[in-house]
Amino acid sequence: MFRHMWIFLHKLASPPHFYGLAAKMIPWFYVSGLLLIAYGTIAGLFYAPADYQQGDAFRIIYVHVPAAYLSMMAYSIMAISAGIGLIWRMKLAHAVAAAAAPLGAWFTFLALATGSIWGRPMWGTWWEWGDPRLTSELIMLFLYFGYMSLRAAIDETSKADKASAVLILVGAVNVPIIHFSVEWWSSLHQGPTLVREGGPAIETAMLYPLLGMILGFTLFFGALLLARVRAEVLHRERRSRWVRNLILGESA
Amino acid sequence: MMEMLAMGKYGAYVWSSFGLMFIVMVACVVQARSRHRKMYQQIESRLKAMDSTS
Repeated sequence: MFRHMWIFLHKLASPPHFYGLAAKMIPWFYVSGLLLIAYGTIAGLFYAPADYQQGDAFRIIYVHVPAAYLSMMAYSIMAISAGIGLIWRMKLAHAVAAAAAPLGAWFTFLALATGSIWGRPMWGTWWEWGDPRLTSELIMLFLYFGYMSLRAAIDETSKADKASAVLILVGAVNVPIIHFSVEWWSSLHQGPTLVREGGPAIETAMLYPLLGMILGFTLFFGALLLARVRAEVLHRERRSRWVRNLILGESA
Repeated sequence: MMEMLAMGKYGAYVWSSFGLMFIVMVACVVQARSRHRKMYQQIESRLKAMDSTS
């Protein structure tokens, strides 16, 4: 049983196999993700009732919550991949970490921007310096930028892998800080709505579009990550036999 | 219909958030695709240059 699983994982991690399999999976991730995002957008904008306190401004959470969740998810994937890459010297793991960084940065930016847009009418300010939730999320954006700059500054891939993996693992302490910031310190940011004791504190007509958005964005993110890992694998394996066959075979 | 699109008094905030979401989604897809194409073309031109010299 374990032997079979190990063989399967080993095969999955072999670059040519991954490259081919990912190409087949990407369209499915895109289509299912976009369908769910379309459902969540339409239901969230037009069918969910307006919030009794926040009115229609609450609809911004349909963008903000999935973006914030993915910003932390991308970082967690990077930290786990970086750890696996350092400990087991698995090359594909480093490729995953490098591929996830720009996506994490985009979703962190989206979470910060939509939070700011929501904050203007609700809190009366675009930004509150010193707020723990806002500050820790902003630090994460800088960690993504730092990671990408560090990689760009080191020519040798294996050295860039190791140095950037250490950076991302040190910065990982920020992820639980973001999550628990609203409980540990007083923050303008509201407490958790979905993951809390006693179940989600939200009406089903509001909840289902949000769950659709979260799942849809996760699938969409999966497609983007696979696409970026493919590019990364191609670059890392540029001198290998299989890449040569792949490229010259197709054009001949 | 117009009332639904107006989003109470929060139209500008709600629509700019969803607009930004759309822009980020498009940017992510375009970047991912162009990165793969760039890597592919770089290797392709290097391999072809190697073949023509040998």
